[in-house]
Amino acid sequence: MSLNVEHDAARRALPSEKPLRLLDNAGHAVTGAATGGFSLPGTETLLDLYRKMVVARRFDVQVTALTKQGRLATYPSAYGQEACEIGAVSAITADDWLFPTYRESVALLTRGIDPGDILKSFRGDWHSGYDQRAHRTSTQTTPLATQALHAVGLAHAARLRHDPIVALTFMGDGATSEGDAHEAFNFAAVWQTPTVFIVQNNQFAISVPLSRQTHAATLADKAVGYGMPGFHVDGNDVAAVYAVTRAAVDRARAGGGPTLIEGLTYRIEAHTNSDDPTRYRHARDVEHWKRRDPIERLEKYLVSEGALTEATRSEITDAAEALATHTREVITAEAELDPLELFDHVYANPRAALLEQRARLEAELAEAAAESR
Amino acid sequence: MTATKTRSGGGAASAPTQLTMAGALNAALRDAMAEDDRVVVYGEDVGPLGGVFRVTDGLQQQFGDERIWDSPLAESGIVGTAIGMAIYGMRPVVEMQFDAFSYPAFEQIVSHVAKMRNRTKGRVSLPLVVRIPCAGAIGGVEHHSDSSESYWASTPGLTVVMPSNPADAYSMLREAIASDDPVIFMEPKSRYWAKAPLALPVTTAPMDRALVVREGSDVTLIGYGPTVRTALEAADAAVDEGLSVEVIDLRSLSPFDDETVSASVRKTSRAAVIHEAAQFGGFGAEVAARVTERNFYHLAAPVLRITGFDIPYPSPKLEEYHLPTADRVLAALASWEWDLS
Ligand SMILES: Cc1ncc(C[n+]2csc(CCOP(=O)(O)OP(=O)(O)O)c2C)c(N)n1
Repeated sequence: MSLNVEHDAARRALPSEKPLRLLDNAGHAVTGAATGGFSLPGTETLLDLYRKMVVARRFDVQVTALTKQGRLATYPSAYGQEACEIGAVSAITADDWLFPTYRESVALLTRGIDPGDILKSFRGDWHSGYDQRAHRTSTQTTPLATQALHAVGLAHAARLRHDPIVALTFMGDGATSEGDAHEAFNFAAVWQTPTVFIVQNNQFAISVPLSRQTHAATLADKAVGYGMPGFHVDGNDVAAVYAVTRAAVDRARAGGGPTLIEGLTYRIEAHTNSDDPTRYRHARDVEHWKRRDPIERLEKYLVSEGALTEATRSEITDAAEALATHTREVITAEAELDPLELFDHVYANPRAALLEQRARLEAELAEAAAESR
Repeated sequence: MTATKTRSGGGAASAPTQLTMAGALNAALRDAMAEDDRVVVYGEDVGPLGGVFRVTDGLQQQFGDERIWDSPLAESGIVGTAIGMAIYGMRPVVEMQFDAFSYPAFEQIVSHVAKMRNRTKGRVSLPLVVRIPCAGAIGGVEHHSDSSESYWASTPGLTVVMPSNPADAYSMLREAIASDDPVIFMEPKSRYWAKAPLALPVTTAPMDRALVVREGSDVTLIGYGPTVRTALEAADAAVDEGLSVEVIDLRSLSPFDDETVSASVRKTSRAAVIHEAAQFGGFGAEVAARVTERNFYHLAAPVLRITGFDIPYPSPKLEEYHLPTADRVLAALASWEWDLS
């Protein structure tokens, strides 16, 4: 009995089990305790977030279609998770750094990275397709939670240099079980680095549900043990994700240390194109979450406020269609690949043995070219 | 991003003093940190304690805890955060306390440290050094005496070096820290206390070169790190058997100095390699294969491997039976049919 009393007392220090939200599913502004003291961003910000989400959704749908046509080797869709990705990434500046996973294609889009470059790795052209330094965006990382440590290290280095840089990193609910997630949370808290951790809780790690991943009431609870603030946020409410991330980023920049934010959302599509979600989840659950669509929610609010005119709406649709067209073009274009480049980026100082192997391939290619002539 | 760099002038050589390898490594870190403020050092117990082998002794007092500090006890975290720091323009030198405790960092090292430059087409290289005290013969308990070099050496993207003496320790660590490629810097624990008269700063051969450390005409013995001494002992003893043994200190496992090794083998026509790690799939297999591929028609006998047994590293009271000794080297050399040459 007494054990339960202590447990209840401990729980009071934890983030709310009810996710924090600023807009409810009907698009009404929320008031009272559920907002956690955060206030709704201004209409201009919300319109900007809406525009980014609509464009990103169109991009995601286009890429999924291209994947089904065999144009991409694989694609981890972000359909339904736009609020989480775009809300969070919109809260950092161009000078800040982003450490994404494979799931954050639409966050990369929001960083201004070209679709062709975002998708290069999924198309199979190269492991990463964009200029990490120019975009201050690290590679889309596949080994789970490893990138969180890179974000902590970079943030620490920036602080040692007295540069007001924040590092934002994403991970999934499954990734929070990895040792590197714990090490990253702990290093960040001990070193008080300007790092913001976004856990996109889309409730499944491939087929494994959250209940098999953690016994904690929320993933935001994890923050408490490391001595940093944790927030459990409605990940389909872009206003809430943006406001909470923005506060965490400001706090980090001001020297206040790291924050862990869990966005509760849902993965509408399969894990990737090679996954069969009907084997592990019910269609009715997917339908339930489709009715909580992050874009529709914000749209209802903006319309009710008279902030989304037909002119703006059609301008956004045009922009989304233009991006989809561009995406189709760059993905269906023939890739220009140079096999000899395989040897070019292994070491800063070229090695004799590698140059020998390069020469061997070069000879093979020349021979093949001569034969085909 | 303001990665400022300060260079000290000239730096006249000091008078030679007796220096241990641990002392030489300490001096290398000190000089690198003094010359370049992008160099930071962290790991477990490297701060006030100065490292369990005292390699970082006194550095925190000199440079403060923004340049050298104790990290949480988490190897993946140490290497993973060093990656982020290197992306930002720092040159982190991190310590894994003992070889077998580097395994939690295995993923960060092989999945990211080794591959970042490649996947980013050279836009992001990681100029970081992972220092790993390695190998045995120090009476350590389990997990304190592993030889993990072949895991790293078979990973493209890494540079893997191992000095065997104080002068190389200083010179090679300075070069490793200055390198734009990530370096796995392996320090043979049993040689930490080996002394030599040194005038610092000292520059020995470039770290990717193997060195002939003793000339001979009948056999080429190839060692690295702790087994260079074993090879030299065996070479001394072989004189009594009428054998002239050439000894090569490999110094770098990756890249591999085929040129120096092949030149020697062509001269002697026989080669043997010595290491502490298990034989099966060990680095000696790579050495034997390379030597054979390049010098088959110059060889009078198969390339031999004198190594530890294919067993988990034994307890302190048994390690003497496991480690390759000069006697085992001599026995191996005697196994060749010398009259065939
Ligand atoms: C270290 C590691 N182990 C296993 C995998 C294989 N894997 C890829 S994605 C995935 C599930 C990840 O789930 P979650 O973290 O919830 O992210 P989500 O895909 O749902 O966004 C697994 C197991 C991996 N990429 N990395």
